Amino acid sequence: MAMRMRSGALVFALLGFTIGSGTRCQAEPLGLPPVPIPADNPQTPEKISLGDKLFHDSRFSGDGTISCSTCHANDKAFTDSPLKTSHGIGGHAGTRNAPTVINAAYFHTLFWDGRASSLEDQSQNPFLNPIEMGLPSHEPILKIVRDDPAYSDAFKKVFGASGAGISMEHVKKAIASYERTLISGDSPFDRWYFHHDSAAISEPAKRGFDVFVGQGRCVSCHVIEQTQALFTDNRFHNIGVGINRIQPETPRLAAEFLIAKAAGASVDKSVLSDPKTSDLGRFAVTTHFDEIGAFKTSTLRNIAVTGPYMHDGSLKTLRDVVKHYNQGGKSEGDPSINPYLSGGIRPLNLSDQQMDDLVAFMETLTSPAYVNASAGGSKP
Amino acid sequence: MSKLITRRSVMAAGAAGAVGTLTTLPISMVRLAFGGTRDDFTFTYISDAHIQQIKGSTFVRNWDQGLRRAVAEANLVKPESDFVIFGGDLAQLGKKDELDHGAEILSHLSPKLHTVMGEHDYYLDLGEYWSKLYGPQYYSFDHKGVHFVVLNSILTTDEWTFHRWPSDEQRMQEMAGLDNPNGSPFMVGEKQRAWLKEDLSKIQHDTPIVVFSHSPLQKIYKGWNFWTDDAEEVQALLQPFKSVNVIYGHVHQIQYNQIGNISFNSVMATAWPWPYPQSYAQVESHLPVLTVPMNRGDPFFERDATGWQLIDVNSGRVAARYQLWDNEPRTVAFDHKQGRPVDLAFQEPTHRRPAQNHY
Repeated sequence: MAMRMRSGALVFALLGFTIGSGTRCQAEPLGLPPVPIPADNPQTPEKISLGDKLFHDSRFSGDGTISCSTCHANDKAFTDSPLKTSHGIGGHAGTRNAPTVINAAYFHTLFWDGRASSLEDQSQNPFLNPIEMGLPSHEPILKIVRDDPAYSDAFKKVFGASGAGISMEHVKKAIASYERTLISGDSPFDRWYFHHDSAAISEPAKRGFDVFVGQGRCVSCHVIEQTQALFTDNRFHNIGVGINRIQPETPRLAAEFLIAKAAGASVDKSVLSDPKTSDLGRFAVTTHFDEIGAFKTSTLRNIAVTGPYMHDGSLKTLRDVVKHYNQGGKSEGDPSINPYLSGGIRPLNLSDQQMDDLVAFMETLTSPAYVNASAGGSKP
Repeated sequence: MSKLITRRSVMAAGAAGAVGTLTTLPISMVRLAFGGTRDDFTFTYISDAHIQQIKGSTFVRNWDQGLRRAVAEANLVKPESDFVIFGGDLAQLGKKDELDHGAEILSHLSPKLHTVMGEHDYYLDLGEYWSKLYGPQYYSFDHKGVHFVVLNSILTTDEWTFHRWPSDEQRMQEMAGLDNPNGSPFMVGEKQRAWLKEDLSKIQHDTPIVVFSHSPLQKIYKGWNFWTDDAEEVQALLQPFKSVNVIYGHVHQIQYNQIGNISFNSVMATAWPWPYPQSYAQVESHLPVLTVPMNRGDPFFERDATGWQLIDVNSGRVAARYQLWDNEPRTVAFDHKQGRPVDLAFQEPTHRRPAQNHY
């Protein structure tokens, strides 16, 4: 596999994006399927370049200090590891751990609770969230991209739009196009599993794979298929993180949230400003009791370099994560397992060796481009 | 919330239409949206927990989790349901330890609890300990203009009950098996039917009636005891009333039917799903033709194909909102135009999802 991703480098030329005619430029990285490209937002090198620039521009924030890349940093595998939860303007601490943008192009929904349905949809929200980028509206962004010649030329070239004709739709599409180039497979696991290179991973990692697909039950949600592995089912599960600790308050929090939502409160603002409301998870989006405390299954690609873990960053190492699952959805300090727990989660009876092996397996999921990313997780 | 629904608009829309609209609201918002003064109410239905002791204080975790989850979610309904019905089979083998453990979980419910006797609660000590916990096995009560009746429908012949088995434990085991030829058909029995006749004699014929039984008061599949042997005699007592609704557990699946004036709705188990008897084709089944089977059962998610219900009789007929874990919620409500219950989303054959037939 020829792909070499350098931090911050534009990699569109090496990636399998689809151009207008629908023909494919190049195969996707080992272990991954073709990147889904929306019909109304085809990839072009110029658009990707524009999205890259927008993604890294900190002028689109209330105090000019925060860009998308603040919390999704190229050299941290597009997270803000080792922070537990992200920090926005004025040092505001959020409630959720920044998920990686790498391979987000494959996700069916975005954000931990899936409240955005596409990368385009997702990209508009952090600008306005008071504890993220803190803009009062999207107008300041539009003013900059309309006035700054470097931007206005690019929007003209990419979208044929200028002046007041440049809209947030264009901004969102450009950012999403850039994000669709952040694709990364070709990990040691991929070379072992899909290319049958038996030397690609260690013996403990191979044993860990057996636990992953067997007694550990991991693969039921972190999906591996015959020709590809996204390591997510794109579904939402209550695995006992966060919600375990707010059980006595859950009825009150749920009722208060529903009343606030009915009165027009923004889900985006509510869940990022209050940690306990955040812990209600997918329920905040759908209001289904079935999804109280449920969060989206994370991909496991590059997981060893993107710690800490879970929606609230509450688990420091991969060993902590494995232990949580082994105890049936409970960590040290949790009073008990919450009653809304997903039916897939139950005690696993793994030995210490099996847990170590599982961690060794997850450490084989790092792509070459990110082996040097700072690890807040299992490896210091 | 995109829109609030007024009482007036609901009335105008007709019952089935109204329920269809309401399902787009979070269930806990339904009554908030009405507000004001009214007599509409909802009740929560939880059934078939099958709490099962392994040894000492160890119980089957899966069944515990199902009941715990239903109780926790029922407590989230705001404003509260007027009451909760537990539909029977709290225990698996009728043991005191099982009934105590189940009762402890149910004790966390905020609304008032009514309970129905199931065969798994009964056939060890013939309901003695259950009755100590929950009182009479059949009775009636009136609530906001509706007459509610609780029956013990899982009795059977004296010969089978008192004279056939060498031990109480074996009697319990024989009745606990689904596909066991040593079992015996359920019945309400003469004594209760006489009581029911007397109880109903005081009720006006235009009063909505809701009957809670554990077994279906209709005959579906005798081989699995989805059956009550004197169902026709019980139905005859109910037919004079304009609006009768029978709600039963036991079958661990969604069923509904209409016989004359009587609407039948089953409720889900919190423990495990049974297959539909039509999928077990060795013997003829009389699964109601109205029923749209549930597409279900990802074996990894052990709560899939189980759940609980939020029910109202605001139209005089049952509207049952099924809260189905790891699956899609469904609503079965009476359609006044067609005169029978329908699934509001899936009734039309073209609206159904093909059942999963490979794994």
